[in-house]
Amino acid sequence: MLNKNIYLILIISLVFAISFWIGFNVNLLPAEASINAPIYDELFKILFIIGLIIFIGMTIAVIYSLFKFRKRNDQIGDGIALEGNLSLEIVWTIIPSIIVLLIGLYSYNIYDRMGGMKELNHNHEMMSSNTEKIWAGISQTSDNEIAINNLSIEVSAMQFAFLFNYPKGNFISGELHVPVDQKVSMKMESKDVIHAFWVPEFRIKQDIIPGQPTILNFTPTKVGKYPIICAELCGPYHGGMRASIIVEEESDYNEWFNKNKKPEVNL
Amino acid sequence: MTISIDPQKTNNESLQPKGWLRYFSFSLDHKVIGIQYLVCGFLFYLIGGTLASAIRIELASPMSDFMPRDVYNQVLTLHGTIMIFLWIVPVVNGAFGNYLIPFYVGARDMAFPRLNAVAFWLIPPSGLMLVASYFVEGAAQAGWTAYPPLSITTPQSGQIIWILSVLLLGGSSIFGGINFIATIIKLRRPGLKLMQLPMYCWAMLGTSILVVLSTPVLAGTLILLSFDIIANTGFFNPVLGGNVVVYQHLFWFYSHPAVYIMVLPAFGLVSEILPVHARKPLFGYTTMVFSIMGIVVLGLVVWAHHMFTSGTPPWMRLFFTIATAFIAVPTGIKFFNWVATLWGGKISINSAMLFSCGFIINFVFGGITGVALAQVPFDIHVHDTYFVVAHFHYIVYGGTVFIIFSSIYHWFPKVTGKMLNEKLGILHFIITFIGFNLCFAPQHWLGLNGMPRRVAEYDPQFQFVNQISSLGALLMAISTIPFLINVFISVRNGKDAGDNPWNALTPEWLTSSPPPVENWEGEAPLVEEPYGYGLEISEQT
Repeated sequence: MLNKNIYLILIISLVFAISFWIGFNVNLLPAEASINAPIYDELFKILFIIGLIIFIGMTIAVIYSLFKFRKRNDQIGDGIALEGNLSLEIVWTIIPSIIVLLIGLYSYNIYDRMGGMKELNHNHEMMSSNTEKIWAGISQTSDNEIAINNLSIEVSAMQFAFLFNYPKGNFISGELHVPVDQKVSMKMESKDVIHAFWVPEFRIKQDIIPGQPTILNFTPTKVGKYPIICAELCGPYHGGMRASIIVEEESDYNEWFNKNKKPEVNL
Repeated sequence: MTISIDPQKTNNESLQPKGWLRYFSFSLDHKVIGIQYLVCGFLFYLIGGTLASAIRIELASPMSDFMPRDVYNQVLTLHGTIMIFLWIVPVVNGAFGNYLIPFYVGARDMAFPRLNAVAFWLIPPSGLMLVASYFVEGAAQAGWTAYPPLSITTPQSGQIIWILSVLLLGGSSIFGGINFIATIIKLRRPGLKLMQLPMYCWAMLGTSILVVLSTPVLAGTLILLSFDIIANTGFFNPVLGGNVVVYQHLFWFYSHPAVYIMVLPAFGLVSEILPVHARKPLFGYTTMVFSIMGIVVLGLVVWAHHMFTSGTPPWMRLFFTIATAFIAVPTGIKFFNWVATLWGGKISINSAMLFSCGFIINFVFGGITGVALAQVPFDIHVHDTYFVVAHFHYIVYGGTVFIIFSSIYHWFPKVTGKMLNEKLGILHFIITFIGFNLCFAPQHWLGLNGMPRRVAEYDPQFQFVNQISSLGALLMAISTIPFLINVFISVRNGKDAGDNPWNALTPEWLTSSPPPVENWEGEAPLVEEPYGYGLEISEQT
C-alpha cells in the first residue's frame, strides 16, 4: 500500500513537472507588442499549465486503466461491484469548483488590469449626457483621458477595407500609424455589416458594429509593422480584409503625420 | 378526443410494410424511426464531410484558388448547418433516443408514435431543400450563425431557404423533445422508479427540456430575420434602426444550449457503453443525474460568452464568464466518474470501448480549451479564430461523433442480429483518432497566431500548419471507408450475434436481436439494476 502511494505521488509530481516545463518553455503565442500582451500571456501561461496537468493526468488515467484492467483471455465474470464513493465524489466536486473559482477571480483581475472593467459608470454618464450611445471595447478609459489623449482616431470599416481618419490632421489613411508607448483611442463604426478589429500581437479584438459606435483603446509598446485582421465573417472577400498598423518612434510618426496633414478648410 | 397511447392501436402491424421497404414508409415503430434517423443522418454526414473536404482543399494553399470566394462561404455555411441540424442533433437525439428510450422505460413504443414519424419525415425534405438551394441562386453564405446585417445583404433566396429549412428542422426537434419527455415521465413500466432508469434516459430528459425551452426562441428569431429580408422590416437592420446585437443574444440563447443538445445525449450513451464493456456498475449514478440537470440549468445562462467582443457591458461579460466556467464542474464530475467506472473493471478492448475512450480524451481537451475560452480576457484574442474552430470540433466531433461511432459498434448487434467486424472497427478507430487530432490540434496554434475563421485565404506563414491540418482531414475522410465496408459486409454476412452478445443488463438486450415489433414477446422486464455488474445475486425479476 505504501509502495502504491509512493508511485502515485511520483506520477503526480512528474505530471506537474512536465506541465510546468512545457508551460514555461513552449511559446505558442505571437510577439508581444502592446501593454495588453504581457498581461494576456501571463493568463495564458497559467491556464496552459493547469490545462496540461488535467489533460495529461486524465489521459494517463484512461490509458493506464485500459492496460491494467483489460480482460485477459482466461478471465470470466465481472469487475468489482463498486457503485460509487461519496467522499471521492465530494473531492472531485470541490477541487474543480475551487480551481474554476480561482481562475475566474484571476481572470477578473487580468481583465481589470487590461482596463476592461473601468467604464461602467462612465458609460451611463455618456448615455444621459449625450444622445449618442457609445459602447466600449476592452481597455477603455474615462472621458478625461480621451480628452487629454492627443491621439484619437476614427475607424470606419466597410466591405472590405478599414479606413483610419485622423481628425487632428484632417486626413484619411488606409494604414494605421501610431507612435510607440502612447495611448491610442479609437472610435470605430461600420458602414455596412459587422467587422472586427484584431491585432494578434496586441491581443485585442473588438467587433465593429453598424449603428453602434465603439471605443477601443490600446498602447503599443514595440516598434514594427503588424497586421490588422477582420475577424468577423463579412462577405466573400472577408479573408482579404486586412490592413497594417505601423508602430513607430514618435519622431517618425510626427514626420508621417505632418506629411499627410491637410490644412483646415475655412468656410 | 383522447390521445391513445395503447400500443396495440397505434402500432397496427398489418398496416405496416415489411422488410427493407418499411424504412421508406411512414412507419410508427420507434425502432424503424430510429434507424431512419440514423441512416438519413449518416447520408447528410457524408455530404457535410464532402463539404469539409472542400474547405480543407481550399485551405491547403494560402490563396483562394480552389473555388470562388462566395461559393466558399456557401460551403462553410452548409457544412456547419448540415453537421449540426442534419447529422449530430437528429442522430444523438432522434436515432438513439427513438431506438432506446422505449426499451429503457419498458414501453412498447414512444408516447406519440405519429408525431414521432412526422418529426422524422420533416428532416429529409428540409435537408434536401437546404442542399438544393445551392442550385437556385447559391446557398446561404452568412455562416451557420446568419448574423445580420450580412444575412440581410447576401442573396435572398439562399438565405430564405436556409431559414425555412432550419425552422422545419427546429420543429422536428421540438416534436421529438416533447415526445421524449412524455415517454420518459408517463410511459414507464409500473414499478420502475425514475432513479432506476438507465443514464441515457436522464440525458434525454435534460436534453429535451433544453430543446423545448430554447428552440422556439431560435424559431422566433429566424422568423423576424426573414421579415427583415423579405418585408424590409427593421428588427435587426441597423439602417432602419434595428439592433444587430439583439439578434446575437436571441440566436445564442438557442445555439449555446444546442451544444448541450449535441453533447448531453452523448454523455448518456457513453454511460451505457462503458459499464457493459468494463463489466462494472456505472460509478456514482446519483451524482451523474444531478450533474446532467446542473448542466441543463447552467447551459441556459451562458449564451453571451459567444459575444465577448460584441458590444456587451462589462458586468455581463463577468457574469457569463463565471457561469460558463462553472459548467466545467458538473462536466468534470461525469468524466471522473467514467474513469472510475473503468477503474478495477475487466475491460474488453473493442471498437466500442476504444471510441468511448477516444471520446474521453478528446472531450477533456476540448473542455479545457472551453474553460479558457470562457475567460473574457482570454477569449478576446482568440474569438472568431481557428482556436475556436479547433475547440468546438474537439467537442462535437472528438466528443459526440466519436460516441455516435461507439454506439453504432455497441448496438449494431441488437439492431441487425449480426456482429460488426472488430479488426475493421479498430482500424476505423485508429485512422479516425489520428486523423482527427492531426486535423484539429494544429488549428489551436493557427488561431493563437493570427488566423481568423471562415476565410478562404490566409497569411502564407500559416501554409505548412494548414497542410498538416488538411492531411488530417484526408485521413478522416479515408476512415469512413473501413467503416462503410464493415457495415455493408456485416449486415449480410456478419457473425451471428445472438440476443445479448455483450452480456449486458439494460432492458434492450433482454429481448431477441433484432427485437420484435412491440419489443417483447411477453411482458416488459422490470430492470431495477441496469448496471448491476459484479453482483452475484440475480438482479432481474
